[in-house]
Amino acid sequence: MKIEGKQRIWMDYQKEIADDHFFYVRSCVRQNFFPGSEKTFLRILQSELQKDIYENPSHTTCSGIGYHADIVPFETSMTMVARQFALMTEAGYENFTTSCITSFGLYSEVLETWHHFPETEQKTRDFLYKATGRTFKKPSNVSHASDIIFKFRKKISEKGKYRLINRQTGQPLRVVEHIGCHYSKMFPSKGVGGAEYPYVLTGMIDEWGGEVIDYPERRHCCGFGFRQYFVQANRGFSISCSKKKFESMEPYKPDMILTNCPGCPMFLDRWQYAISEMEGKTYGDNGYGIPVLTYEELAGLVLGYDPWDLGLQVHQVPIEPLLEKIGIPYDPEMKFRNISGQDIGRPESPSFLKFYPEKV
Amino acid sequence: MNFRVLGMKSFGYTITKDRQIDFDQNDRKVTGYINAIESSIRLCIGCGSCTGTCSAGHFTDFNIRRVITLVQRGETDQLKKEIRKCMLCGKCQLVCPRGVNLRNLILTIHNILETYGI
Amino acid sequence: MNKTAIIIGGGVAGMETAIQLLRLGIEVYLIEKESRLGGHLNSWDHLFPNRRDSKEVSEYLQLGMNEGISLHLNAEIDTLWNDKKKFNIKLKDGTRLNSDALVIATGYEVFDARKKEEYGYGIYDNVITSVELEEFLRNNELKRLFEGKTSKRVGIIHCVGSRDEKVGNLYCSKLCCVTGVKQAIEIRERMPDIEVFCFYMDLRMFDRYFEEMYFEAQEKWGVQFIRGRLSEAAENQDHTLLIKLEDTLTGLPLKMNVGLLILLVGFVPSPETRRLASMLGLKEGDDRFLCPADEHTLTNSTKIPGVFLAGTVKGPEGIAGTITDARAAALQVAAYLTSRE
Repeated sequence: MKIEGKQRIWMDYQKEIADDHFFYVRSCVRQNFFPGSEKTFLRILQSELQKDIYENPSHTTCSGIGYHADIVPFETSMTMVARQFALMTEAGYENFTTSCITSFGLYSEVLETWHHFPETEQKTRDFLYKATGRTFKKPSNVSHASDIIFKFRKKISEKGKYRLINRQTGQPLRVVEHIGCHYSKMFPSKGVGGAEYPYVLTGMIDEWGGEVIDYPERRHCCGFGFRQYFVQANRGFSISCSKKKFESMEPYKPDMILTNCPGCPMFLDRWQYAISEMEGKTYGDNGYGIPVLTYEELAGLVLGYDPWDLGLQVHQVPIEPLLEKIGIPYDPEMKFRNISGQDIGRPESPSFLKFYPEKV
Repeated sequence: MNFRVLGMKSFGYTITKDRQIDFDQNDRKVTGYINAIESSIRLCIGCGSCTGTCSAGHFTDFNIRRVITLVQRGETDQLKKEIRKCMLCGKCQLVCPRGVNLRNLILTIHNILETYGI
Repeated sequence: MNKTAIIIGGGVAGMETAIQLLRLGIEVYLIEKESRLGGHLNSWDHLFPNRRDSKEVSEYLQLGMNEGISLHLNAEIDTLWNDKKKFNIKLKDGTRLNSDALVIATGYEVFDARKKEEYGYGIYDNVITSVELEEFLRNNELKRLFEGKTSKRVGIIHCVGSRDEKVGNLYCSKLCCVTGVKQAIEIRERMPDIEVFCFYMDLRMFDRYFEEMYFEAQEKWGVQFIRGRLSEAAENQDHTLLIKLEDTLTGLPLKMNVGLLILLVGFVPSPETRRLASMLGLKEGDDRFLCPADEHTLTNSTKIPGVFLAGTVKGPEGIAGTITDARAAALQVAAYLTSRE
């Protein structure tokens, strides 16, 4: 593998990422799967990087899920996106940043549509005004939250307490990076590094001391897709997509998977459990599975935040082996305690996927 | 890693089988035997003239062009079932522009499947 | 008064045009930007369809280059202009030339395969172009390509940079298919234990003996042809390549591991061709190659009297076709110069 070839491509796909004064919109469902992630992002931006980041509690979904599931027509989506922009304009912001990758894809798609078909923009303005009385200005920059963490990865590295190095072997951790399809497959120029060899997560891993694994099914979708996934019987397709990726990455013995989409880590984490229950097969070291992290969780770990504050206890694939590899201390007693310190009980143990603590 | 045949959880869906031809995993033993005995199979360019005129192909899903291509890829699981649909009328051989000896090819396939108990 | 012609480009077209013009009594100046003549002919080992050594054609052309031709090597053009009496050229080293007629024979370049990011050229170790393979064949170093490799399989990919909207080249480069078949046979001849697969969309075996080569590749050498355009290539841990495509004749997606990928790169108009054309005001087609005055009857003339085109400036062409075209160009030049007297 000649890294210069990839570097050449990364130079071709650079993009403008705003520096400060962000208007932040959250994901619809991410808080359910990864409760600590969005909070961690805000904490990193405000406390560590001293950036101005604002969110308006009356913002809504971008309707990406509905749009991609064929339930919400595109005109409605455009109007909902316009309302988000209106809230941004009213708050005096120009830099838009999204938590969800599908949102990012949808906002990019809407802005591109308005750019190439100005009459749709005019119609959307009319719809929005008639429905809510609001007007809006288009943002001068739309970035995904992972772009921002990418942009400030050096600062995070400087403030960081831990590196992505296996302290037992002294070797860099082997990290699989997986971007959400909507990040750059639709508009390669809107993703750092393009679609073939995206750099947004690779850059973070390189900066924080890890080693990126390039494996054959790197480009394959995790299977989320929305439309088929909502119908239970169709999930076989989704789980098979993730399985293909696991089979392909297994020989490389990755230590963890890093993702930047809400759906992908949910899938890659939960499907390892489902596959183990359906077929008895686990991936990763000794039946523990391959831990899956979001970029905020990884940034948080690098900065030395408490793993349970990051929400890592709700991951299906146990995170403790990874914490031990890096040398991050954690308190097993606090794993299943809430903010008040009360015991919230234990989840049911999987049949094959090993779980911490092994004894319930 | 231990397997339990009974007691596997069901979630309301199953893991879909990959339909991609995995060329390296396919057992190309039968392909090798066929190529050795009737080497004109190698001349096929997939033009489809054979299938277009095939008597059996009009009323069943038998597609001799596709069967030959699948043989070359090592996809021989369905071969026994498919090849029995051929009635050996010979119309395919009459039109083949490359001179593939199709009737002999089909008889060869029958013999090989018989000989190796497939 | 002596009739003079400047030929820009010392490849096959430029050389043959020069040779023929000299025979017709025209005073010829030949400008070549490299340090030696021959252009792309110097890249090939054996030529289709009869697999003869390219050096024989080089020698034929060299023989014709006698002192009658005023040769300027390592010569890059600074400016070029037409003052209606003469064509004037100033080279970067300051030399000034002028003539009564001008022949543009600046040829082509091969497609830069790095633009096909999903094929991994320049990134994965075992992806090379057809041009690079010729180098290995010429130096008898084919075995080196397979030294220590775990896979004894080669994949030849057709239509790289041609017939491809994504890279802006809709046209067919016409000669890559036969090159692929030729190279498949050459590999099988020299290394019988290597399996060769050609992955194509269509096979353009358009000229004499090309179809027979395809037949020979299948019958004698067992080259396997799979109709399906390469979708993506990825590197395995042992540096072999996992390739994915559709096996269109069975209608199923297919994946396989190969030890080496050879990309059949197509023709693109050379940047120099386009630069000179814009200096003179010559018409480019949608495919960015230059347009002759008439597609059937004036294939070497342009709309500018005295400016002629020879060879691959007009589009993909092989060695034989280029030599023939050069001779036609020479005849047009001579006729033009005679009519001006």
